[in-house]
Amino acid sequence: MSAGPPAQTAQDDDPGDRPSGNQSTATPVKYEEVSKRYPGTDSDAVHELSLEVPAGEICVLVGPSGCGKTTAMRMVNRTVEMTSGDILIGDRSVRQGDAAELRREIGYVIQQIGLFPHRTIAENIGTVPGLLGWSRAEIEQRVEALLKLIDLNPEFGDRYPSQLSGGQQQRVGVARALAVDPPVMLMDEPFGAIDPINRSRLQNEFLRLQAELRKTVLFVTHDVDEAIKMGDRIAILRKGGEVAQFATPTELLMEPADDFVEDFVGADRALKRLALMRVSDASLWKAQICRAGDPTGPVRTDLASAEVPHALLVDAESKPVGWLSERDLAAEQVPARPDSPADPLIDADSILRDGLATLLQSGSRYAPVVDGRGHLTGILSVEIISEFLSSGEATESDLAAVERPHE
Amino acid sequence: MSSWVADGWLADGWLAGAAVSSDFFRDRSGGGCIQENKLFCPDWAINNLDRYSDPTLQHLVLVVSAVAAGFVIAFSLAVLAHRHRFLSSPFLAATGVLYTIPSISFFFLLLPITGRGAVTAIIALTAFTLQIIFRNMTTGLRNVPPEVTEAARGVGLTATQVLWKVEIPLAMPEIIAGLRIATVSTVALATLAVFANGGGLGAEIVTGSNITFKTGIIIAGSIAILMAIVFDALLLLTGRLLAPWKRVAL
Repeated sequence: MSAGPPAQTAQDDDPGDRPSGNQSTATPVKYEEVSKRYPGTDSDAVHELSLEVPAGEICVLVGPSGCGKTTAMRMVNRTVEMTSGDILIGDRSVRQGDAAELRREIGYVIQQIGLFPHRTIAENIGTVPGLLGWSRAEIEQRVEALLKLIDLNPEFGDRYPSQLSGGQQQRVGVARALAVDPPVMLMDEPFGAIDPINRSRLQNEFLRLQAELRKTVLFVTHDVDEAIKMGDRIAILRKGGEVAQFATPTELLMEPADDFVEDFVGADRALKRLALMRVSDASLWKAQICRAGDPTGPVRTDLASAEVPHALLVDAESKPVGWLSERDLAAEQVPARPDSPADPLIDADSILRDGLATLLQSGSRYAPVVDGRGHLTGILSVEIISEFLSSGEATESDLAAVERPHE
Repeated sequence: MSSWVADGWLADGWLAGAAVSSDFFRDRSGGGCIQENKLFCPDWAINNLDRYSDPTLQHLVLVVSAVAAGFVIAFSLAVLAHRHRFLSSPFLAATGVLYTIPSISFFFLLLPITGRGAVTAIIALTAFTLQIIFRNMTTGLRNVPPEVTEAARGVGLTATQVLWKVEIPLAMPEIIAGLRIATVSTVALATLAVFANGGGLGAEIVTGSNITFKTGIIIAGSIAILMAIVFDALLLLTGRLLAPWKRVAL
């Protein structure tokens, strides 16, 4: 989530293992008084928009429908041609050269995904490399790497899009956009058509990818929560494509520029701040863990002073198995199968808001937190979240927080 | 009517192999079956089967050339109409008019221009296929999901690439469906080519209907039906091969 340094190092540890000669570093995108007027209308859809997106950051364009956010985004790859002004990628104007060639250098993901139904997953991902004339071997290698990157079984390469779930299809859509490792990506409500649970998973996955790849991303959404979660910077647009505020999520929540922004961000700003923090950032409780076959005596003794009143059974890889009940502890040894399962598990990469939602849904006061590989990292509890909310970092009354230096 | 048909046959070289009505019964005895005037006469059929090989071949030539020409023309029209939407209605109207002209009048309309013969028949048959193929293909192109073409454009396909790599392949099931209807109806319509002196299985049917003896009509008709079925099956198969994504188990 942090606005980290531009991505000069991203290439080296990138698992994509891309063929040489196609490396790219992130590039800033700069709008210079860009206007768009559609034929037959008497006002600009986007009016003299000026905006600079730093290299390697996610910039979210958010606003009510008709605010011109999609138009603004689409002028970057010229799927909408601007009426006046200019957009620079690095120091090159998008107006130079052929539009189709420009688009091949810009990743593009849309809400309806738009995979080619008649092409296999591998062919879909290999579309742009194919257009650029890569060899078969290069394309194959790249597709394989990308399937791995989006965590899709390589077998899926031979399937057709209709055989995949919506979430899997959208991952493939992202992989297709990343195929030639473009420095800039355009994402038009990419997760808008996905159910809420999968959406939050895909968002987390994308943020994980982005932490590694450090693309310059223009991300359009109408959902403020998504904007706060995804954006390093957020541009709130009002009708006519005018920027009402361009700020980091924290600034936006702490210090909305005007009534429009305040309205748009919503009355539940305090709660929204839960989206600013990841579960892994919270000071998680330490779990009282034990393994199958451990003597129960010491476990019981330790429990007396633990933050969590129950012991958590983990397997050899320290993946949570279940909670021990009183009955389990009454035995001599810790059983392999405790009475209650460890569910729900919370992803350490998810935001606090989603963690709270998971807790509330399951009706439990705490839940194990696991990292990407399923290993236990701690326990999240409702208390941790309420502490965060009442802390200076999040209270609405404590607007002094606004005064602290940004970044 | 039958006399100019017979004259035409003799005059037309590529029909020389066809039997002539005058020796219809003389050389190839069907045994007592003909005297008894049964509906179908197996002995006669076996003895006379070879006389159908040339008309069948002519019929094939008529159908294949008409459908091939119709496909090329309708395909080009559909691509044009897809690029320039305003052309769609006039094309639809024009092919519609051609489709509604009764076939026999079409032959007679063409006679002064192209004369009597296979060419006239093929022109008329081609005209009939246009509407079906054009309509199906435009429907197919229009049914391509807009997000797919948008994504195709967005990742950098040129307009021509979008057409050939995305839109036409995706319209293929409908294009093939149109070809199937067009081909089967052309097999049937081509039996009328005889009235333009175009040969084909129609010659055997017309000859056969001069008398009460029906076996000839039944054989010629059966060959036509069989031909339609074979063409249909071949196209169905082609369609499956060209649209493998439609067959995947979900």
